[in-house]
Amino acid sequence: MRQELNYLKETPSQTAGPYVHIGLAPGAAGFDIYRQELGWDIAGPNARGERIRVEGCVIDGMGSPIKDVLLEAWQANADGIYAHPEHEGEVEEGFRGWGRVITDFDTGEWGFDTVKPGPVTERDGKVIAPHISLWIVARGINVGLQTRVYFEDETEANAADSVLNLIEWEQRRQTLIARKSERDGKPVYRFDIKLQGQDETVFFDI
Amino acid sequence: MKPGPLYQRDREWHPPALTPDYKTSVSRSPQYSMISLETGIGEITGPVFGHNDIDPIDKDLLSNYAKSGESPIGERIILHGRVLDENARPVPNTLVEIWQANAGGRYRHKKDTYIAPIDPNFGGCGRTLSDENGYYHFRTVKPGAYPWRNWINNWRPAHIHMSIFGTAFAQRLITQCYFEGDPLIDKCPILKSIPDPQAIEQLIARLDLNATIPLDTIAYKFDIVVRGRRSTMFENRPEGN
Repeated sequence: MRQELNYLKETPSQTAGPYVHIGLAPGAAGFDIYRQELGWDIAGPNARGERIRVEGCVIDGMGSPIKDVLLEAWQANADGIYAHPEHEGEVEEGFRGWGRVITDFDTGEWGFDTVKPGPVTERDGKVIAPHISLWIVARGINVGLQTRVYFEDETEANAADSVLNLIEWEQRRQTLIARKSERDGKPVYRFDIKLQGQDETVFFDI
Repeated sequence: MKPGPLYQRDREWHPPALTPDYKTSVSRSPQYSMISLETGIGEITGPVFGHNDIDPIDKDLLSNYAKSGESPIGERIILHGRVLDENARPVPNTLVEIWQANAGGRYRHKKDTYIAPIDPNFGGCGRTLSDENGYYHFRTVKPGAYPWRNWINNWRPAHIHMSIFGTAFAQRLITQCYFEGDPLIDKCPILKSIPDPQAIEQLIARLDLNATIPLDTIAYKFDIVVRGRRSTMFENRPEGN
């Protein structure tokens, strides 16, 4: 008999369901239980770089905003360093680079404050344009969806970005570019996520 | 050897995005193909949590919301197991978060209107870090089944939602843990969104009498497996090439 490989199989995903808030954002479900909920401050008070807001809606195939979504963000700091022991370099004290946010129960709007990440140098030396990775879960989503927020004002870096350029359909690259405006003197980037349809957001199998 | 990229996720083992018998998936499932990417530095890294982030009581759902001297109603259970990767290596110090209905099948959530009552002594969420050997454990009550609008007479099997981080953002996973012997398991459109019967079996916790506390609390064992990582014995390309 041939030898066995003996790998385990990854635990299969299941939907986060409509009550994901109980576990990951209990205050939003309507009760206080933990000393601190995790993920409400992505960059912390000491982060260098430009303070920005990122916001949007998650829109279903009917064109309606989804009101029970939870999103998680993961990003490098302004120097392009991830707060993780396997990425060489220091981040500011209190910078985690990770956060979670939920959509409003009435409007479906979500938004978080952070600092704009810097370009990241990959392990092969390639430079990736500034971006924030997003992971999206909700009722009706069987496996969490992964996408990336790129920034409208990084025209040159975006044009050279190897991930954006991997998307064969140039018009679909636009679904990953957050649109810049300003509110109270602070840059706001709009990033609507469309789960279905002609202008469906690009999702990644990473 | 340094740890390298993650193994490709086996999309045939997971449920597909579109599973029409689970109706909500119909308008929430992307229709274009996903773009496949190698895992880069932003995927093999992920948030790191420590004991300052959480409290020891967070993992005890029998007491983390109960009034002093009181307990939630229901069957007292220990839910325990290991967090492993596909190489069968333990994943230490990783955050595991859970949430569930109470013993009557009611969630403490402002959007849940099921007739079964809220339990004043039960919040329904917990969190813990796996230990240095990847072990985790919670104490809670066994959740009840509850009805949901999909077809007109769907009932969810008893289940506990679980959220796992692993060490890399691309290992991020949410799943549900079910209990062996539950006759609703075979009838659930959400569970049956998983095509492979063996993959469904992987979500069913086993009764673990050895881990029970006699005359006190019964136990179920549920191991969680996150994606494994390649060791970089050989780089794909030399640096800078």
